[in-house]
Amino acid sequence: MKIIPGAICEPGTTRVNKTGGWRTYRPIYDYDKCIKCKLCELLCPESSVLPKDDGFFEFDYDFCKGCGICANECPKQAIEMVLEEK
Amino acid sequence: MSPELKSKPKSLLAPGHRGCAGCCDAMAAKFTLMAAGEDCIVINPTGCLEVMTTPYPESAWEVPWIHSLFENTAAVASGIEAALKAKGTIGKTKIIAIGGDGSTLDIGIRSISGAFERGHDFTYVCIDNEAYMNTGVQRSGATPFDASTTTSPAGKVSFGNQRPKKNMPAIIAAHGSPYIATTSIAYPKDMIRKVKIANETVGPTYIHAHAPCTTGWGFDTSKTVEIGKLAVETALWPMFEMEDGEITKVRKIKNPKPVEDYLKMQRRFKHLFSMEGGEEEIKKIQAIADKNVVDFGL
Amino acid sequence: MTATHDVDMEKMVVVEGSYSVAHAVKVCRPNVISAYPITPQTHIVEDLSQFMADGEIPGCEYLNVESEFSAISALVGASAAGARTYSATTSQGLELMHEVLFNVSGMRLPVVMTVVNRAVSAPINIWNDHQDSISQRDTGWIQLYAEDTQEAADMTAQAFKIAEDKDVLMPAMVCMDGFILSHVYEPVVLLEQDLVDQYLPTFDPEFVLDPKNPMSFGAFADPSTYTEFRYLQEKAMGVALRKIEDAANEFNEIFGRYYGGLIEEYNTEDAEIIIMAMGSIIGTLKDVIDAHSSKGEKIGLVKVRSFRPFPKFEIKKALKDAKMVVVLDKNISIGLNEGALFTETKACLYNTHIDVPVAGYMIGHGGRDIPVSTIEKIIDEAKAAMKTGIDIESQFTDLREELL
Repeated sequence: MKIIPGAICEPGTTRVNKTGGWRTYRPIYDYDKCIKCKLCELLCPESSVLPKDDGFFEFDYDFCKGCGICANECPKQAIEMVLEEK
Repeated sequence: MSPELKSKPKSLLAPGHRGCAGCCDAMAAKFTLMAAGEDCIVINPTGCLEVMTTPYPESAWEVPWIHSLFENTAAVASGIEAALKAKGTIGKTKIIAIGGDGSTLDIGIRSISGAFERGHDFTYVCIDNEAYMNTGVQRSGATPFDASTTTSPAGKVSFGNQRPKKNMPAIIAAHGSPYIATTSIAYPKDMIRKVKIANETVGPTYIHAHAPCTTGWGFDTSKTVEIGKLAVETALWPMFEMEDGEITKVRKIKNPKPVEDYLKMQRRFKHLFSMEGGEEEIKKIQAIADKNVVDFGL
Repeated sequence: MTATHDVDMEKMVVVEGSYSVAHAVKVCRPNVISAYPITPQTHIVEDLSQFMADGEIPGCEYLNVESEFSAISALVGASAAGARTYSATTSQGLELMHEVLFNVSGMRLPVVMTVVNRAVSAPINIWNDHQDSISQRDTGWIQLYAEDTQEAADMTAQAFKIAEDKDVLMPAMVCMDGFILSHVYEPVVLLEQDLVDQYLPTFDPEFVLDPKNPMSFGAFADPSTYTEFRYLQEKAMGVALRKIEDAANEFNEIFGRYYGGLIEEYNTEDAEIIIMAMGSIIGTLKDVIDAHSSKGEKIGLVKVRSFRPFPKFEIKKALKDAKMVVVLDKNISIGLNEGALFTETKACLYNTHIDVPVAGYMIGHGGRDIPVSTIEKIIDEAKAAMKTGIDIESQFTDLREELL
């Protein structure tokens, strides 16, 4: 890496930093309960709730820090936070 | 559902940033960018958001972004606006400053006052988490009454911060801003809508977003939104819009919840429930909420 | 090469120093000017404001900001957005900018600013000395000092050329003495638009704030890279040494005026005593030196045009055969009892084979007049020191003992 004078950075480059390793609890979807309301996707501070072709969502565990906001706010309790196993 | 979600699957605030789990700043920045789209320039003072998104050589920002100092964000925005005017590209590209409460209400207020008085075409978004979080939860001019911070700690003879929040929207209104709105990161659709209006309004516009901080306020990372909603539902955080100095819209609350519901979930107010005289203090906070109900017609 | 002026009486007009600088700024085609009024800088910004009101600076925005802090901060944004940027200030205004000055340099934004040198408070004083700009010497700005109003104007165009050079990209201050230059009416040639267009290329930085190429500016650097950013700033200043010379030479080719590059040497060949100084005092010194030369005395002058980057090589070369060096400083580092030019001149002679005594005189604080008699007294002392050695290494000049 050569530094750019003025500390100028390329866009979106934090994606090299996989923050999933921070996680203590892992969110798991119960698709039977999910109503595809998209609230989890909207609220995720890590933009780690990714839409699937079928309208449901999946977690990007590379970046999900396990904050649990999605599970706390889900109107149908379709997300469960489970302890990460090392 | 927000149409932005369909058209822009890639978040303009990339993951991998170093914000705490459950970070309110990341949410505020994300919502602001959802409202703004790709054609904007973001100015960001020193603070959590700056530090967590741009550790060289990485940046979480997918839009042009600049950080200069702590107290000059609105002035830097003025200069960018002037440069775009000189180039003849003003109006197309939105100019958005995103600062914390310390940067906005305290150290940066001179440059904000100047920029709003001069009437630059830009939007200033204040992410208000009610203390200096980046340096370890010190009191700011936005810290609410009786909150315990590291520089206004509760102690044997103190209930914490003894001053009410500075009324920043009123200060901005006094500058003749055409559009001012308070919002909360707990209401993303509300925030996105208001940032959009602010962006589309010509002139200096102001969004003040209440933003519960898991680390600084002392609550579980999953409760960021829940606590933000409680601030609104207890009438401690009135959500309104002002056009040309007049309040034009208010988010009504049917039955305001007691402030205890909000206070008891946070470490910064824990002393009010254990110290002698705490009940009286809670009454004072309830009075602030009651006054909000009357003043804003909540 | 000594200074040359092709005096073109046809082209000369009698204007105030501030006007000649404001006019120079205008023909450099700035895109954003941002300034806050402060004595004795005011006439420059007033003249620029009138140019704006008369529509004489196309493609330019002028910001009447609420403080010097915002004046320079606005230019951070404007420069990062690709604008050619200018400000002017002095004294307290420059001190208020202090934090931002580091930032501008660290972000490698080639802002050009006139510093109309003035003393700093307290006690408050509006008259000239160099304490304001000297106090900013470590902020990473190029600092050039002008001798007269023509040079201040010409130096403005040179400063844009040097600062915006792709191998430099460092901000530059053009320093001119408050009142002595800013408020004096002298015959000058106002810079011609067509010649400036020929001299100064458009500002075209590689990275700007642009949604089409959304780069992030001003990231934080941890210990693993911070040193290298500092190193690159120092390296750019090293490049600027050469570019300052180039800018002066190219200016001479196009405009026919030359004031020296990094330094100007005046009668230094065979000089036994060499006086060093910066700014408007140079004119007086040249007159005194001429009088001594006519009597066959070997006294020379080194005018330092560039204080940052500091021209160590050129200064060493100029001083190497002198028997005595005297440095005049309109500033003091309190607690060291030395002016900055004196300290740095001594420092650059250390670890060399040049063994010449150097004496420092702090002079003209807060606008105190510097009469010829004072310079004569300094020369007398220098002559004595050549024989007997330096008595006092660094001292205040013309102290009014009756007040103490």
